[in-house]
Amino acid sequence: MTTPLLSLQGLTKAYPGVVANDQVSFDIGEGEVHALLGENGAGKSTLVKMIYGLVKPDSGTMLLRGQSFTPSEPRAARADGIAMVFQHFSLFDALNVAENIALGMENPPAMGDLASRIREVSETYGLPLDPFRTVGDLSAGERQRVEIIRCLLQDPKLLIMDEPTSVLTPQEVEILFETLNKLRSEGTSILYISHKLEEIRTLCDHATILRLGKNVGECVPSETSARDMAEMMVGSTLQTPERSGREFGDVALDVSGLSVPSPSEFGTALRNVHMTVRKGEVLGIGGVAGNGQDELLGVLSGEIPTAADAIKFAGQPIGKLGPTARRKLGVLTAPEERLGHAAAPDMSLTENALLTGSVREGLENNGFLKWAETQSFAEKIINAFDVRTPGPENAARSLSGGNLQKFVIGREVLQDPDVLVVNQPTWGVDAAAAAAIRQAILDLAAKGTAVVCISQDLDELMEISDSFAALNEGRLSAPRETTGLTVEEIGLMMGGAHGMEVAHV
Amino acid sequence: MIVLEKRPQPSKAWSYATPLVAVLATMVFGGILFTILGKNPIEAIGTIFWEPLFGEFAFYYRPQLLVKGAPLVLIAIGLSLGFRAGIWNIGAEGQYIMGAIFGAGAGLAFYPIDAFYVFPIMVLAGAFGGWLWASIPAFLKVRFGTNEILVSLMLVYVAEQMLASVSLGLLKNPEGFGFPGSRNLQSYDAAHNAELISGSGMHWGVVTALIAVIFAYVLLNRHMLGFHIRLTGEAPRAAKFAGVNPARLILFCLGLSGALAGLAGMFEVSGPSGVVSIDFNVGYGFTAIIVAFLGRLHPVGILLAGGLMALTYIGGEIAQSQLGLPAAAIQVFQGMLLFFLLAFDLLTNYRIRAARSEVA
Repeated sequence: MTTPLLSLQGLTKAYPGVVANDQVSFDIGEGEVHALLGENGAGKSTLVKMIYGLVKPDSGTMLLRGQSFTPSEPRAARADGIAMVFQHFSLFDALNVAENIALGMENPPAMGDLASRIREVSETYGLPLDPFRTVGDLSAGERQRVEIIRCLLQDPKLLIMDEPTSVLTPQEVEILFETLNKLRSEGTSILYISHKLEEIRTLCDHATILRLGKNVGECVPSETSARDMAEMMVGSTLQTPERSGREFGDVALDVSGLSVPSPSEFGTALRNVHMTVRKGEVLGIGGVAGNGQDELLGVLSGEIPTAADAIKFAGQPIGKLGPTARRKLGVLTAPEERLGHAAAPDMSLTENALLTGSVREGLENNGFLKWAETQSFAEKIINAFDVRTPGPENAARSLSGGNLQKFVIGREVLQDPDVLVVNQPTWGVDAAAAAAIRQAILDLAAKGTAVVCISQDLDELMEISDSFAALNEGRLSAPRETTGLTVEEIGLMMGGAHGMEVAHV
Repeated sequence: MIVLEKRPQPSKAWSYATPLVAVLATMVFGGILFTILGKNPIEAIGTIFWEPLFGEFAFYYRPQLLVKGAPLVLIAIGLSLGFRAGIWNIGAEGQYIMGAIFGAGAGLAFYPIDAFYVFPIMVLAGAFGGWLWASIPAFLKVRFGTNEILVSLMLVYVAEQMLASVSLGLLKNPEGFGFPGSRNLQSYDAAHNAELISGSGMHWGVVTALIAVIFAYVLLNRHMLGFHIRLTGEAPRAAKFAGVNPARLILFCLGLSGALAGLAGMFEVSGPSGVVSIDFNVGYGFTAIIVAFLGRLHPVGILLAGGLMALTYIGGEIAQSQLGLPAAAIQVFQGMLLFFLLAFDLLTNYRIRAARSEVA
């Protein structure tokens, strides 16, 4: 048997209160695309950080081509041929591609030489990229190319990719896969982290599945069904939300000709957005992150005021109204960022219940707060949405992401909204909590609420929405009925390959 | 190796214990400082903390505690509301001066009419002066996005120039033989902020400071506006999401802290000081920043901190005159207090633990 490129044996890492990795062992062969599969919090990131030298394992060994491998820092790991593309890019918007790449190098060559090397590598691997473009102007897919090229310039033996497709359209994913296939054919191994099963089935030779920090199984993805892999990953049978046939009522939310400049320099302006949502309808809005999702939520919540007529609720213009006035009417929202936007991290759950609940739940009297009522409202949310916490007096930041998300969504759902806008309702939430949140949204719609669900998870949108539209560079495509939409059509609505040149490999 | 580990929740016990631990640490290290200066540390610290309260001349010093503590508390309460919301009014000293000028100016305008309405008008004028001075940085911040820290601080120096100008010109005592400074308001009964109980040090400023403490407590704990102030400080985006209008909040917090500082200045000039003069201000506006933080931006804490600060002031003066400690040593001592408070404050949100040896 040939020596594997990297062999992990009994890796264990514990943090206070949680064992992130417990005796994890597996091998990555030469020229193999190895998938690391698991839910959020399963320990994928910790494992990868140990390989990349960011975290030291408590026990266990790593062998690189049979030699003991104990990187003390990322620099040492890079010297041994390990490269990593992170999920969140570390690029400076105001610098150009070559400058960004030079910043990550030990001894950057002269800018001219570096630029020609970037061109060379990018053409070899079908990742066309102009080294002198400003990163702030690049699409998410192109930024990822910068990160990949940064890695390839080191001529790595193992390329680690953390959730690389979460920011890409289906067409862009295809381009990325061609590049990865080319790398594999040249003998580079790839450790591919994802929870998207279909991708792994197309691309990967081998998969290791992590659950709660333990290696719970391995499989050959092309020979295993997505459902089987999902059940290994979750450890139980999955419940798909139920959707009953619904009848839609009158138009509840009517957005027409909405244009808003972006509040921040590299944000996205909304351009001439049109949409209508009827009572009982769920409108899913897809799109790659950074295409105006935050701005759309801000405009609908009232944080960003706009022309009065651009947004109408049941025929009444509300564009100029602030968040409180909109809540009074029944237009509620739940932003993407849980800590710091939807909830104040250091405040108790009771105080956080007050944050959006004061108007509709009658928690104030001439400005004076009714703490007893507020606490019962917080308790009601905790009970109804199975939020795991010792009690409402605990700080929001002490809750896990999934539990806080249930609280934040529950807080709005229980206020009986006429229109509910949610952004990334299940981001970073475990499968069981995600299913509960989706079910709550569907139940709300069944009672006649008009729901707008902004999400980057296409599977989620297909599961819960009646109609689908995509945000692309601040423009919203015309909504279409979800039933019958194909992946290619969705991809095109999301902007196709964003004008990225197709890989020539 | 020692590591800091973030607590899942701020520790209640530590948030109460830190001021006490900080005072103790200040005593220990202040004692070391005094020893190095060749003084008996126990005697020095005893003089600072014991003498004003229970010493031989306590009957004289105790009223002084109220006189010195009241403006500190009154100003610090106003500042703390802004600080809670992340709005940094550093220029309370200037607002204090303007309150005194406006208050005294209003009073002197009626001289020598002896009527009940003179003093209330002076109170309103003092509050207005402070409010006006604080509204300048507030307006500039809201309208042009300027930094309120810089603008409010610089306006202190402008206010000091105004003070010098009116002491020498507009408000100069016509019967003062050409010396700078206004008429003494202590000898103008309708305008005099006299002691309510003779010899107690209790004047209207002390009463107002106590009312401000109660008002701030109710505002922060029972009112939507106070909730919005706290929310803005802890999570500005969440506050906007909750419907807080940041501009209105800035105008309110800066305006209110200015008005309270102005009141403090007015009560001082019409009472203990009596005279608008070039050296009228003695740094209450800056010390109040320390008091606000020493009191953990909590109304009751500020009340206690104001008392403690007044104590170190008076005790420090006694130590200077009785033991010959240099004034700078007293200032270092006060500085230590803030330093240790901020340092130990870390323990509310973090715990210290010894790092386990790492297995490779």
